[in-house]
Amino acid sequence: MRAPPRFRGRRFLLRGALPMAAVLEIRGLVKRFRRDGGWLDVLEDVSLTVGRREFVALLGPSGCGKSTLCNIVAGLIPADAGALRLEGTPIDTVARGRVAYMQQKDLLLPWRTVIDNAILGMEIQGVARAPARARAREMLRRFGLEGFERAYPALLSGGMRQRVALVRTLLCDRHLLVLDEPFGALDAMTRRAMQGYLLRLREEFGRTVLFVTHDVEEAVLLADRIYVLSARPGRVRAEVAIDLPRPRQPTGDAVVSTKARLLDVLEAELAEARA
Amino acid sequence: MSTLPPRPLAAPHRAAPASGGAAPADAGWLGGLRRGAAQAAPPAALLAALVLLWEWGVRALDVPFYILPAPSRIAGLLVSDQATLLAQAAVTLEEVLLGFAIAFVVGIVLALLIFSSRTVERAIYPLVIASQTIPVFAIAPLLVVWFGYGLLSKIAMAALIVFFPIVVNTVDGLRAADPDAVNLLRILGATPLQILLKIRVPAALPFVFSGTRIAVATSVIGAVIGEWVGATRGLGFLMIHANAQLHIDLVFAAIVYLSAMALVLFGAVSAIEWLALPWRRAGDR
Ligand SMILES: Nc1ncnc2c1ncn2[C@@H]1O[C@H](COP(=O)(O)OP(=O)(O)OP(=O)(O)O)[C@@H](O)[C@H]1O
Ligand SMILES: [Mg+2]
Repeated sequence: MRAPPRFRGRRFLLRGALPMAAVLEIRGLVKRFRRDGGWLDVLEDVSLTVGRREFVALLGPSGCGKSTLCNIVAGLIPADAGALRLEGTPIDTVARGRVAYMQQKDLLLPWRTVIDNAILGMEIQGVARAPARARAREMLRRFGLEGFERAYPALLSGGMRQRVALVRTLLCDRHLLVLDEPFGALDAMTRRAMQGYLLRLREEFGRTVLFVTHDVEEAVLLADRIYVLSARPGRVRAEVAIDLPRPRQPTGDAVVSTKARLLDVLEAELAEARA
Repeated sequence: MSTLPPRPLAAPHRAAPASGGAAPADAGWLGGLRRGAAQAAPPAALLAALVLLWEWGVRALDVPFYILPAPSRIAGLLVSDQATLLAQAAVTLEEVLLGFAIAFVVGIVLALLIFSSRTVERAIYPLVIASQTIPVFAIAPLLVVWFGYGLLSKIAMAALIVFFPIVVNTVDGLRAADPDAVNLLRILGATPLQILLKIRVPAALPFVFSGTRIAVATSVIGAVIGEWVGATRGLGFLMIHANAQLHIDLVFAAIVYLSAMALVLFGAVSAIEWLALPWRRAGDR
Protein backbone atom coordinates (compact mmCIF):
# COMPACT_ATOMS: atom_id res chain seq x y z
CA MET A 1 0.00 0.00 0.00
CA ARG A 2 1.35 3.38 -1.01
CA ALA A 3 1.83 5.89 1.73
CA PRO A 4 -0.63 8.75 1.48
CA PRO A 5 0.61 12.15 0.47
CA ARG A 6 1.40 13.98 3.68
CA PHE A 7 0.94 17.59 2.79
CA ARG A 8 -0.81 20.34 4.64
CA GLY A 9 -3.58 21.88 2.66
CA ARG A 10 -3.75 25.54 3.47
CA ARG A 11 -1.07 26.55 1.03
CA PHE A 12 -3.25 25.55 -1.86
CA LEU A 13 -5.83 28.23 -1.33
CA LEU A 14 -5.68 30.95 -3.92
CA ARG A 15 -6.34 34.24 -2.25
CA GLY A 16 -9.36 36.06 -3.57
CA ALA A 17 -10.53 33.12 -5.61
CA LEU A 18 -13.80 32.98 -3.70
CA PRO A 19 -16.65 35.42 -3.24
CA MET A 20 -16.11 37.69 -0.27
CA ALA A 21 -19.44 36.83 1.29
CA ALA A 22 -18.51 33.22 1.99
CA VAL A 23 -18.52 32.30 5.68
CA LEU A 24 -17.12 28.86 5.04
CA GLU A 25 -14.93 27.91 2.11
CA ILE A 26 -13.67 24.40 1.58
CA ARG A 27 -11.37 23.57 -1.33
CA GLY A 28 -10.04 20.15 -2.19
CA LEU A 29 -10.65 18.63 1.21
CA VAL A 30 -9.13 15.16 1.63
CA LYS A 31 -9.47 12.93 4.66
CA ARG A 32 -8.48 9.35 5.20
CA PHE A 33 -8.39 7.17 8.25
CA ARG A 34 -6.07 4.34 9.13
CA ARG A 35 -7.94 1.11 8.91
CA ASP A 36 -6.53 -2.40 9.34
CA GLY A 37 -3.04 -1.37 8.34
CA GLY A 38 -4.36 0.28 5.18
CA TRP A 39 -6.12 3.54 4.53
CA LEU A 40 -9.79 4.29 4.27
CA ASP A 41 -10.44 7.21 1.93
CA VAL A 42 -13.38 9.05 3.38
CA LEU A 43 -13.38 12.46 1.72
CA GLU A 44 -11.78 12.94 -1.65
CA ASP A 45 -11.49 16.42 -3.06
CA VAL A 46 -14.56 17.99 -1.53
CA SER A 47 -15.12 21.65 -2.27
CA LEU A 48 -18.02 23.71 -1.08
CA THR A 49 -18.92 27.13 0.19
CA VAL A 50 -21.51 28.48 2.55
CA GLY A 51 -22.43 32.12 2.04
CA ARG A 52 -23.48 34.55 4.74
CA ARG A 53 -26.95 33.83 6.07
CA GLU A 54 -27.19 30.88 3.77
CA PHE A 55 -28.79 27.59 4.78
CA VAL A 56 -26.83 24.85 3.06
CA ALA A 57 -27.77 21.19 3.28
CA LEU A 58 -25.37 18.32 2.83
CA LEU A 59 -27.00 15.20 1.53
CA GLY A 60 -25.34 11.86 0.99
CA PRO A 61 -25.44 8.14 1.55
CA SER A 62 -24.57 6.75 4.95
CA GLY A 63 -20.85 6.51 5.60
CA CYS A 64 -19.83 8.96 2.88
CA GLY A 65 -18.05 11.19 5.36
CA LYS A 66 -20.61 13.86 6.27
CA SER A 67 -19.89 13.69 9.98
CA THR A 68 -16.17 13.59 9.25
CA LEU A 69 -16.53 16.80 7.28
CA CYS A 70 -18.43 18.43 10.16
CA ASN A 71 -15.77 17.32 12.62
CA ILE A 72 -13.10 18.89 10.46
CA VAL A 73 -15.04 22.14 10.12
CA ALA A 74 -15.53 22.20 13.89
CA GLY A 75 -11.79 21.82 14.34
CA LEU A 76 -12.11 18.51 16.13
CA ILE A 77 -9.93 16.56 13.71
CA PRO A 78 -7.41 17.80 11.14
CA ALA A 79 -7.81 17.52 7.38
CA ASP A 80 -5.18 15.59 5.41
CA ALA A 81 -5.22 18.05 2.56
CA GLY A 82 -7.26 20.94 1.28
CA ALA A 83 -7.99 24.50 2.24
CA LEU A 84 -10.56 25.35 4.85
CA ARG A 85 -11.40 28.90 5.74
CA LEU A 86 -13.88 30.25 8.17
CA GLU A 87 -14.51 33.97 7.82
CA GLY A 88 -11.30 34.12 5.82
CA THR A 89 -9.04 32.49 8.44
CA PRO A 90 -7.80 28.92 8.20
CA ILE A 91 -9.52 26.35 10.37
CA ASP A 92 -7.23 24.32 12.56
CA THR A 93 -7.51 22.04 15.52
CA VAL A 94 -5.72 24.41 17.86
CA ALA A 95 -7.99 27.44 17.82
CA ARG A 96 -11.29 25.70 18.36
CA GLY A 97 -14.53 27.23 19.42
CA ARG A 98 -15.24 29.11 16.22
CA VAL A 99 -18.31 27.24 15.04
CA ALA A 100 -21.37 26.12 16.91
CA TYR A 101 -21.82 22.40 16.41
CA MET A 102 -24.77 20.21 17.09
CA GLN A 103 -24.84 16.47 16.61
CA GLN A 104 -27.41 13.73 16.40
CA LYS A 105 -26.87 12.93 20.06
CA ASP A 106 -28.12 15.86 22.09
CA LEU A 107 -25.16 15.50 24.50
CA LEU A 108 -27.01 17.25 27.29
CA LEU A 109 -25.15 16.89 30.57
CA PRO A 110 -27.44 14.91 32.88
CA TRP A 111 -26.24 16.74 36.00
CA ARG A 112 -27.14 20.14 34.64
CA THR A 113 -30.63 21.56 34.52
CA VAL A 114 -32.09 22.61 31.18
CA ILE A 115 -31.04 26.21 31.63
CA ASP A 116 -27.53 25.33 32.75
CA ASN A 117 -27.14 23.04 29.77
CA ALA A 118 -28.26 25.88 27.55
CA ILE A 119 -25.59 28.25 28.90
CA LEU A 120 -22.71 25.75 28.62
CA GLY A 121 -21.20 27.43 25.55
CA MET A 122 -21.44 30.91 27.06
CA GLU A 123 -19.95 29.64 30.31
CA ILE A 124 -16.91 28.30 28.45
CA GLN A 125 -16.52 31.67 26.79
CA GLY A 126 -16.47 33.29 30.19
CA VAL A 127 -19.89 34.96 30.20
CA ALA A 128 -21.07 35.47 33.78
CA ARG A 129 -23.78 33.12 34.95
CA ALA A 130 -26.55 35.63 35.62
CA PRO A 131 -26.61 37.38 32.24
CA ALA A 132 -26.08 34.04 30.50
CA ARG A 133 -29.10 32.58 32.28
CA ALA A 134 -31.20 35.61 31.44
CA ARG A 135 -30.44 35.19 27.76
CA ALA A 136 -31.02 31.46 27.92
CA ARG A 137 -34.37 31.90 29.66
CA GLU A 138 -35.60 34.11 26.85
CA MET A 139 -34.34 31.72 24.19
CA LEU A 140 -35.85 28.67 25.89
CA ARG A 141 -39.17 30.49 25.99
CA ARG A 142 -39.03 31.06 22.26
CA PHE A 143 -38.39 27.39 21.69
CA GLY A 144 -41.38 26.32 23.73
CA LEU A 145 -39.40 25.26 26.79
CA GLU A 146 -40.76 27.78 29.27
CA GLY A 147 -41.33 26.21 32.67
CA PHE A 148 -38.71 23.52 32.09
CA GLU A 149 -35.69 25.66 32.89
CA ARG A 150 -34.98 23.88 36.14
CA ALA A 151 -35.82 20.37 34.98
CA TYR A 152 -33.11 17.78 34.48
CA PRO A 153 -32.71 16.36 30.97
CA ALA A 154 -33.80 12.90 32.12
CA LEU A 155 -37.35 14.22 32.42
CA LEU A 156 -37.58 15.58 28.88
CA SER A 157 -38.87 13.97 25.71
CA GLY A 158 -36.54 13.47 22.76
CA GLY A 159 -37.87 16.51 20.93
CA MET A 160 -37.47 18.74 23.96
CA ARG A 161 -33.94 17.53 24.58
CA GLN A 162 -33.05 18.27 20.98
CA ARG A 163 -34.49 21.77 21.32
CA VAL A 164 -32.39 22.38 24.42
CA ALA A 165 -29.35 21.28 22.43
CA LEU A 166 -30.39 23.65 19.65
CA VAL A 167 -30.73 26.53 22.10
CA ARG A 168 -27.32 25.69 23.57
CA THR A 169 -25.85 25.73 20.05
CA LEU A 170 -27.54 29.02 19.18
CA LEU A 171 -26.40 30.71 22.36
CA CYS A 172 -22.79 30.07 21.42
CA ASP A 173 -22.99 33.17 19.25
CA ARG A 174 -20.97 31.83 16.38
CA HIS A 175 -21.39 32.89 12.79
CA LEU A 176 -21.58 29.36 11.52
CA LEU A 177 -23.86 26.67 12.86
CA VAL A 178 -22.96 23.14 11.88
CA LEU A 179 -25.82 20.73 12.44
CA ASP A 180 -25.07 17.07 11.87
CA GLU A 181 -28.36 15.20 11.52
CA PRO A 182 -29.75 16.97 14.56
CA PHE A 183 -33.12 15.26 14.20
CA GLY A 184 -31.88 11.89 13.05
CA ALA A 185 -33.03 10.19 16.22
CA LEU A 186 -36.52 11.72 16.32
CA ASP A 187 -39.82 10.35 15.08
CA ALA A 188 -41.40 11.86 11.98
CA MET A 189 -43.92 14.07 13.81
CA THR A 190 -41.43 15.57 16.22
CA ARG A 191 -39.06 16.03 13.34
CA ARG A 192 -41.51 18.18 11.42
CA ALA A 193 -41.99 20.36 14.46
CA MET A 194 -38.23 20.70 14.86
CA GLN A 195 -37.84 21.75 11.24
CA GLY A 196 -40.09 24.70 12.01
CA TYR A 197 -37.80 25.73 14.82
CA LEU A 198 -34.80 25.32 12.60
CA LEU A 199 -36.16 27.61 9.92
CA ARG A 200 -36.35 30.30 12.53
CA LEU A 201 -32.60 30.14 12.93
CA ARG A 202 -32.41 31.76 9.56
CA GLU A 203 -35.45 33.97 9.56
CA GLU A 204 -35.11 35.34 13.06
CA PHE A 205 -31.51 34.97 14.04
CA GLY A 206 -29.88 35.47 10.67
CA ARG A 207 -27.53 32.57 11.20
CA THR A 208 -25.48 30.79 8.59
CA VAL A 209 -26.17 27.08 8.68
CA LEU A 210 -24.48 23.97 7.34
CA PHE A 211 -26.95 21.19 7.81
CA VAL A 212 -26.36 17.46 7.32
CA THR A 213 -29.29 15.20 6.68
CA HIS A 214 -30.24 11.84 5.24
CA ASP A 215 -33.68 13.06 4.46
CA VAL A 216 -34.18 14.48 0.97
CA GLU A 217 -37.48 16.10 1.83
CA GLU A 218 -36.01 17.77 4.87
CA ALA A 219 -33.23 19.20 2.73
CA VAL A 220 -35.64 20.54 0.12
CA LEU A 221 -37.93 22.09 2.71
CA LEU A 222 -35.17 23.85 4.58
CA ALA A 223 -32.21 24.63 2.38
CA ASP A 224 -31.20 27.45 0.06
CA ARG A 225 -28.68 25.17 -1.54
CA ILE A 226 -27.98 21.45 -1.39
CA TYR A 227 -24.74 19.61 -1.96
CA VAL A 228 -25.14 15.95 -2.80
CA LEU A 229 -22.13 13.86 -1.85
CA SER A 230 -21.19 10.60 -3.51
CA ALA A 231 -20.85 7.31 -1.68
CA ARG A 232 -17.50 6.87 0.08
CA PRO A 233 -15.07 8.29 -0.74
CA GLY A 234 -17.22 11.40 -0.59
CA ARG A 235 -17.05 13.89 -3.42
CA VAL A 236 -19.50 16.59 -4.38
CA ARG A 237 -21.78 14.89 -6.86
CA ALA A 238 -24.26 17.71 -7.41
CA GLU A 239 -25.01 21.19 -6.22
CA VAL A 240 -28.64 22.23 -6.35
CA ALA A 241 -30.00 25.68 -5.57
CA ILE A 242 -33.53 25.65 -4.18
CA ASP A 243 -35.11 28.94 -5.15
CA LEU A 244 -38.51 28.29 -3.70
CA PRO A 245 -40.47 30.68 -1.52
CA ARG A 246 -41.07 29.80 2.11
CA PRO A 247 -42.88 28.37 3.89
CA ARG A 248 -42.57 25.35 1.66
CA GLN A 249 -45.16 22.63 1.79
CA PRO A 250 -44.02 19.00 1.46
CA THR A 251 -46.83 18.45 -1.04
CA GLY A 252 -46.12 21.54 -3.17
CA ASP A 253 -45.42 20.80 -6.86
CA ALA A 254 -42.02 22.44 -6.93
CA VAL A 255 -40.95 20.70 -3.75
CA VAL A 256 -42.10 17.34 -5.05
CA SER A 257 -40.32 17.71 -8.38
CA THR A 258 -37.10 18.95 -6.75
CA LYS A 259 -37.27 16.01 -4.41
CA ALA A 260 -37.68 13.62 -7.34
CA ARG A 261 -34.70 15.17 -9.08
CA LEU A 262 -32.51 14.81 -6.02
CA LEU A 263 -33.66 11.26 -5.46
CA ASP A 264 -32.64 10.47 -9.03
CA VAL A 265 -29.16 11.82 -8.41
CA LEU A 266 -28.84 9.83 -5.19
CA GLU A 267 -30.27 6.73 -6.84
CA ALA A 268 -27.74 6.99 -9.69
CA GLU A 269 -25.00 7.54 -7.15
CA LEU A 270 -25.93 4.46 -5.20
CA ALA A 271 -26.24 2.35 -8.35
CA GLU A 272 -22.80 3.49 -9.43
CA ALA A 273 -21.38 2.70 -6.02
CA ARG A 274 -22.86 -0.77 -6.17
CA ALA A 275 -21.52 -1.44 -9.67
CA MET B 1 -39.03 40.52 18.80
CA SER B 2 -40.06 39.42 15.37
CA THR B 3 -43.11 37.28 14.84
CA LEU B 4 -42.85 33.62 15.56
CA PRO B 5 -44.38 30.78 13.62
CA PRO B 6 -47.64 29.72 15.22
CA ARG B 7 -47.29 27.77 18.41
CA PRO B 8 -48.50 24.44 16.90
CA LEU B 9 -44.94 24.08 15.70
CA ALA B 10 -44.15 23.31 19.29
CA ALA B 11 -43.60 19.63 19.36
CA PRO B 12 -46.57 17.30 19.79
CA HIS B 13 -45.15 15.48 22.75
CA ARG B 14 -46.75 15.10 26.09
CA ALA B 15 -45.68 18.27 27.78
CA ALA B 16 -45.62 17.92 31.52
CA PRO B 17 -47.20 20.76 33.50
CA ALA B 18 -45.01 23.77 33.12
CA SER B 19 -45.10 24.87 36.73
CA GLY B 20 -41.84 25.09 38.58
CA GLY B 21 -39.93 22.53 36.57
CA ALA B 22 -38.46 19.31 37.80
CA ALA B 23 -39.58 18.11 41.14
CA PRO B 24 -42.99 16.54 41.47
CA ALA B 25 -44.19 16.31 45.07
CA ASP B 26 -43.13 12.70 45.51
CA ALA B 27 -39.53 13.30 44.49
CA GLY B 28 -38.89 15.58 47.49
CA TRP B 29 -37.10 14.43 50.60
CA LEU B 30 -40.34 13.29 52.17
CA GLY B 31 -41.06 11.04 49.24
CA GLY B 32 -37.52 9.75 49.42
CA LEU B 33 -37.98 9.01 53.09
CA ARG B 34 -41.23 7.19 52.43
CA ARG B 35 -39.59 5.09 49.73
CA GLY B 36 -36.63 4.43 52.04
CA ALA B 37 -38.97 3.23 54.77
CA ALA B 38 -40.79 0.97 52.34
CA GLN B 39 -37.46 -0.50 51.29
CA ALA B 40 -36.28 -1.02 54.86
CA ALA B 41 -39.46 -2.80 56.02
CA PRO B 42 -38.83 -6.32 54.61
CA PRO B 43 -35.24 -6.72 55.86
CA ALA B 44 -36.23 -5.26 59.23
CA ALA B 45 -39.05 -7.80 59.53
CA LEU B 46 -36.71 -10.66 58.64
CA LEU B 47 -34.13 -9.46 61.14
CA ALA B 48 -36.78 -9.26 63.88
CA ALA B 49 -37.88 -12.82 63.08
CA LEU B 50 -34.30 -14.11 63.31
CA VAL B 51 -33.75 -12.37 66.64
CA LEU B 52 -36.95 -13.92 68.00
CA LEU B 53 -35.85 -17.35 66.79
CA TRP B 54 -32.48 -16.83 68.47
CA GLU B 55 -34.11 -15.81 71.73
CA TRP B 56 -36.41 -18.80 71.63
CA GLY B 57 -33.60 -21.21 70.71
CA VAL B 58 -31.31 -20.04 73.51
CA ARG B 59 -34.10 -20.40 76.07
CA ALA B 60 -35.40 -23.72 74.75
CA LEU B 61 -31.98 -25.35 74.57
CA ASP B 62 -30.78 -23.65 77.73
CA VAL B 63 -27.54 -22.41 76.13
CA PRO B 64 -25.22 -20.84 78.74
CA PHE B 65 -24.67 -17.11 78.27
CA TYR B 66 -20.90 -17.51 77.95
CA ILE B 67 -21.46 -19.56 74.80
CA LEU B 68 -24.32 -17.69 73.22
CA PRO B 69 -26.19 -14.99 75.15
CA ALA B 70 -29.87 -14.40 74.42
CA PRO B 71 -30.74 -11.18 72.59
CA SER B 72 -32.64 -9.96 75.64
CA ARG B 73 -29.50 -10.30 77.74
CA ILE B 74 -27.45 -8.39 75.17
CA ALA B 75 -30.13 -5.72 75.09
CA GLY B 76 -29.95 -5.43 78.83
CA LEU B 77 -26.22 -4.97 78.66
CA LEU B 78 -26.59 -2.31 75.99
CA VAL B 79 -28.52 -0.31 78.57
CA SER B 80 -26.57 -1.10 81.74
CA ASP B 81 -23.09 -0.72 80.20
CA GLN B 82 -24.06 2.14 77.94
CA ALA B 83 -21.45 4.53 79.34
CA THR B 84 -18.52 2.15 78.77
CA LEU B 85 -19.73 1.14 75.33
CA LEU B 86 -20.26 4.73 74.21
CA ALA B 87 -16.84 5.80 75.45
CA GLN B 88 -15.11 2.96 73.60
CA ALA B 89 -17.24 3.55 70.51
CA ALA B 90 -16.15 7.18 70.45
CA VAL B 91 -12.52 6.04 70.34
CA THR B 92 -13.17 3.67 67.47
CA LEU B 93 -15.26 6.23 65.61
CA GLU B 94 -12.45 8.75 65.83
CA GLU B 95 -10.02 6.23 64.32
CA VAL B 96 -12.49 5.37 61.59
CA LEU B 97 -13.22 8.95 60.63
CA LEU B 98 -9.61 10.07 60.64
CA GLY B 99 -8.46 7.01 58.71
CA PHE B 100 -11.27 7.47 56.24
CA ALA B 101 -10.60 11.18 55.76
CA ILE B 102 -6.89 10.66 55.11
CA ALA B 103 -7.46 7.79 52.68
CA PHE B 104 -10.21 9.72 50.91
CA VAL B 105 -8.08 12.77 50.25
CA VAL B 106 -4.99 10.78 49.27
CA GLY B 107 -7.11 8.38 47.19
CA ILE B 108 -8.82 11.15 45.22
CA VAL B 109 -5.53 12.94 44.55
CA LEU B 110 -3.89 9.70 43.46
CA ALA B 111 -6.84 8.85 41.21
CA LEU B 112 -6.55 12.26 39.54
CA LEU B 113 -2.83 11.67 39.00
CA ILE B 114 -3.41 8.18 37.61
CA PHE B 115 -6.07 9.56 35.32
CA SER B 116 -4.11 12.50 34.01
CA SER B 117 -0.71 10.90 33.49
CA ARG B 118 0.03 7.74 31.55
CA THR B 119 3.37 7.42 33.30
CA VAL B 120 1.88 7.63 36.76
CA GLU B 121 -0.81 5.18 35.72
CA ARG B 122 1.71 2.64 34.42
CA ALA B 123 3.92 2.97 37.48
CA ILE B 124 1.40 3.20 40.31
CA TYR B 125 -1.87 1.61 39.28
CA PRO B 126 -0.59 -1.99 39.13
CA LEU B 127 0.95 -1.53 42.57
CA VAL B 128 -2.29 -0.17 43.99
CA ILE B 129 -4.13 -3.21 42.68
CA ALA B 130 -1.41 -5.64 43.76
CA SER B 131 -1.47 -4.15 47.26
CA GLN B 132 -4.91 -5.69 47.65
CA THR B 133 -3.39 -9.15 47.68
CA ILE B 134 -1.68 -8.42 51.00
CA PRO B 135 -3.98 -9.65 53.78
CA VAL B 136 -4.77 -6.82 56.14
CA PHE B 137 -4.28 -9.07 59.15
CA ALA B 138 -0.73 -9.77 58.07
CA ILE B 139 0.36 -6.16 58.27
CA ALA B 140 -1.69 -5.18 61.30
CA PRO B 141 1.04 -6.27 63.78
CA LEU B 142 3.62 -4.38 61.72
CA LEU B 143 1.56 -1.22 61.88
CA VAL B 144 1.45 -1.53 65.65
CA VAL B 145 5.22 -1.92 65.70
CA TRP B 146 5.68 1.11 63.48
CA PHE B 147 2.97 3.39 64.81
CA GLY B 148 2.57 2.19 68.37
CA TYR B 149 -0.40 1.14 70.48
CA GLY B 150 -2.15 4.45 70.17
CA LEU B 151 -4.48 6.08 67.70
CA LEU B 152 -2.04 6.18 64.82
CA SER B 153 -1.78 2.48 63.99
CA LYS B 154 -5.60 2.18 63.85
CA ILE B 155 -5.91 5.22 61.65
CA ALA B 156 -3.34 3.69 59.31
CA MET B 157 -5.25 0.41 59.31
CA ALA B 158 -8.58 2.02 58.49
CA ALA B 159 -6.95 4.20 55.84
CA LEU B 160 -5.32 1.20 54.14
CA ILE B 161 -8.67 -0.53 53.79
CA VAL B 162 -10.51 2.56 52.58
CA PHE B 163 -7.87 3.57 50.09
CA PHE B 164 -8.45 0.92 47.44
CA PRO B 165 -12.17 1.30 46.69
CA ILE B 166 -11.77 5.09 46.60
CA VAL B 167 -8.91 5.05 44.10
CA VAL B 168 -10.35 2.39 41.82
CA ASN B 169 -13.85 3.85 41.72
CA THR B 170 -12.62 7.38 41.16
CA VAL B 171 -10.35 6.33 38.31
CA ASP B 172 -13.22 4.40 36.72
CA GLY B 173 -15.50 7.40 37.18
CA LEU B 174 -13.08 9.85 35.61
CA ARG B 175 -12.89 7.56 32.61
CA ALA B 176 -16.64 7.16 32.40
CA ALA B 177 -17.42 10.54 30.85
CA ASP B 178 -19.07 10.33 27.43
CA PRO B 179 -16.25 10.97 24.93
CA ASP B 180 -18.71 12.81 22.68
CA ALA B 181 -19.58 15.18 25.51
CA VAL B 182 -15.86 15.75 26.06
CA ASN B 183 -15.49 16.52 22.37
CA LEU B 184 -18.42 18.91 22.57
CA LEU B 185 -16.53 20.92 25.17
CA ARG B 186 -13.38 20.80 23.08
CA ILE B 187 -15.28 22.17 20.11
CA LEU B 188 -16.64 24.92 22.32
CA GLY B 189 -13.03 25.81 23.02
CA ALA B 190 -12.85 24.55 26.60
CA THR B 191 -9.51 24.26 28.39
CA PRO B 192 -8.43 20.90 29.85
CA LEU B 193 -9.26 22.22 33.31
CA GLN B 194 -12.76 23.19 32.20
CA ILE B 195 -13.24 19.73 30.70
CA LEU B 196 -12.13 18.18 33.98
CA LEU B 197 -14.39 20.33 36.13
CA LYS B 198 -17.45 20.48 33.92
CA ILE B 199 -17.52 16.93 32.55
CA ARG B 200 -15.09 14.51 34.14
CA VAL B 201 -15.68 15.32 37.79
CA PRO B 202 -19.50 15.41 37.63
CA ALA B 203 -19.49 12.18 35.64
CA ALA B 204 -17.19 10.59 38.23
CA LEU B 205 -19.21 11.59 41.29
CA PRO B 206 -21.65 8.64 41.27
CA PHE B 207 -18.65 6.29 41.10
CA VAL B 208 -16.88 8.13 43.89
CA PHE B 209 -19.98 7.85 46.04
CA SER B 210 -20.39 4.12 45.52
CA GLY B 211 -16.70 3.66 46.33
CA THR B 212 -17.12 5.80 49.41
CA ARG B 213 -20.14 3.88 50.63
CA ILE B 214 -18.17 0.63 50.54
CA ALA B 215 -15.09 2.28 51.98
CA VAL B 216 -16.80 3.89 54.93
CA ALA B 217 -18.38 0.64 56.05
CA THR B 218 -15.17 -1.37 55.71
CA SER B 219 -13.11 1.29 57.46
CA VAL B 220 -14.83 0.16 60.67
CA ILE B 221 -13.39 -3.30 60.09
CA GLY B 222 -9.95 -1.79 59.62
CA ALA B 223 -10.04 0.10 62.89
CA VAL B 224 -11.28 -2.95 64.83
CA ILE B 225 -8.56 -5.19 63.41
CA GLY B 226 -6.06 -2.58 64.47
CA GLU B 227 -7.51 -2.61 67.96
CA TRP B 228 -7.46 -6.41 68.17
CA VAL B 229 -3.80 -6.57 67.39
CA GLY B 230 -2.69 -4.02 69.91
CA ALA B 231 -4.64 -1.32 71.70
CA THR B 232 -5.62 -0.01 75.07
CA ARG B 233 -8.96 1.48 74.10
CA GLY B 234 -11.78 1.13 71.59
CA LEU B 235 -14.56 -1.35 70.84
CA GLY B 236 -12.12 -3.85 69.34
CA PHE B 237 -10.03 -3.73 72.49
CA LEU B 238 -13.20 -4.14 74.54
CA MET B 239 -14.16 -7.24 72.53
CA ILE B 240 -10.79 -8.95 72.98
CA HIS B 241 -10.80 -8.14 76.66
CA ALA B 242 -14.38 -9.36 77.20
CA ASN B 243 -13.78 -12.48 75.13
CA ALA B 244 -10.84 -13.48 77.28
CA GLN B 245 -13.04 -13.22 80.38
CA LEU B 246 -15.91 -15.10 78.73
CA HIS B 247 -18.06 -11.98 78.79
CA ILE B 248 -19.59 -13.09 75.53
CA ASP B 249 -22.61 -10.84 76.02
CA LEU B 250 -20.29 -7.82 76.11
CA VAL B 251 -18.65 -9.05 72.90
CA PHE B 252 -22.06 -9.10 71.28
CA ALA B 253 -22.91 -5.66 72.61
CA ALA B 254 -19.72 -4.34 71.00
CA ILE B 255 -20.67 -6.02 67.74
CA VAL B 256 -24.06 -4.31 67.87
CA TYR B 257 -22.31 -0.97 68.28
CA LEU B 258 -19.92 -1.66 65.43
CA SER B 259 -22.70 -2.68 63.06
CA ALA B 260 -24.70 0.38 64.01
CA MET B 261 -21.67 2.56 63.40
CA ALA B 262 -21.08 1.08 59.94
CA LEU B 263 -24.78 1.41 59.11
CA VAL B 264 -24.96 5.04 60.20
CA LEU B 265 -21.82 5.90 58.22
CA PHE B 266 -23.20 4.09 55.18
CA GLY B 267 -26.49 5.94 55.57
CA ALA B 268 -24.73 9.27 55.98
CA VAL B 269 -22.83 8.80 52.73
CA SER B 270 -26.04 7.77 50.97
CA ALA B 271 -27.79 10.86 52.32
CA ILE B 272 -24.99 13.14 51.15
CA GLU B 273 -25.14 11.48 47.75
CA TRP B 274 -28.89 11.99 47.61
CA LEU B 275 -28.47 15.67 48.37
CA ALA B 276 -25.42 16.24 46.18
CA LEU B 277 -26.66 14.47 43.05
CA PRO B 278 -30.25 15.61 42.59
CA TRP B 279 -30.06 14.78 38.89
CA ARG B 280 -29.67 11.10 39.71
CA ARG B 281 -33.20 11.04 41.08
CA ALA B 282 -34.69 13.00 38.17
CA GLY B 283 -35.20 9.97 36.00
CA ASP B 284 -36.48 7.38 38.42
CA ARG B 285 -40.14 7.58 39.22
N1 LIG C 1 -11.91 8.25 13.71
C1 LIG C 1 -12.13 7.37 12.71
N2 LIG C 1 -11.26 6.37 12.48
C2 LIG C 1 -11.46 5.50 11.48
N3 LIG C 1 -12.52 5.53 10.66
C3 LIG C 1 -13.43 6.50 10.83
C4 LIG C 1 -13.29 7.47 11.87
N4 LIG C 1 -14.36 8.30 11.82
C5 LIG C 1 -15.12 7.87 10.80
N5 LIG C 1 -14.57 6.79 10.19
C6 LIG C 1 -15.10 6.08 9.02
O1 LIG C 1 -15.28 7.02 8.01
C7 LIG C 1 -16.43 6.75 7.27
C8 LIG C 1 -17.31 7.97 7.22
O2 LIG C 1 -17.84 8.20 8.50
P1 LIG C 1 -18.83 9.40 8.79
O3 LIG C 1 -19.30 9.23 10.19
O4 LIG C 1 -18.20 10.67 8.43
O5 LIG C 1 -20.03 9.10 7.77
P2 LIG C 1 -21.44 9.82 7.64
O6 LIG C 1 -21.56 10.27 6.24
O7 LIG C 1 -21.62 10.80 8.70
O8 LIG C 1 -22.42 8.59 7.86
P3 LIG C 1 -23.88 8.60 8.50
O9 LIG C 1 -24.75 9.19 7.46
O10 LIG C 1 -24.16 7.16 8.71
O11 LIG C 1 -23.81 9.40 9.74
C9 LIG C 1 -17.09 5.56 7.92
O12 LIG C 1 -16.78 4.42 7.17
C10 LIG C 1 -16.45 5.50 9.28
O13 LIG C 1 -16.35 4.17 9.71
MG1 LIG D 1 -22.91 10.99 10.41
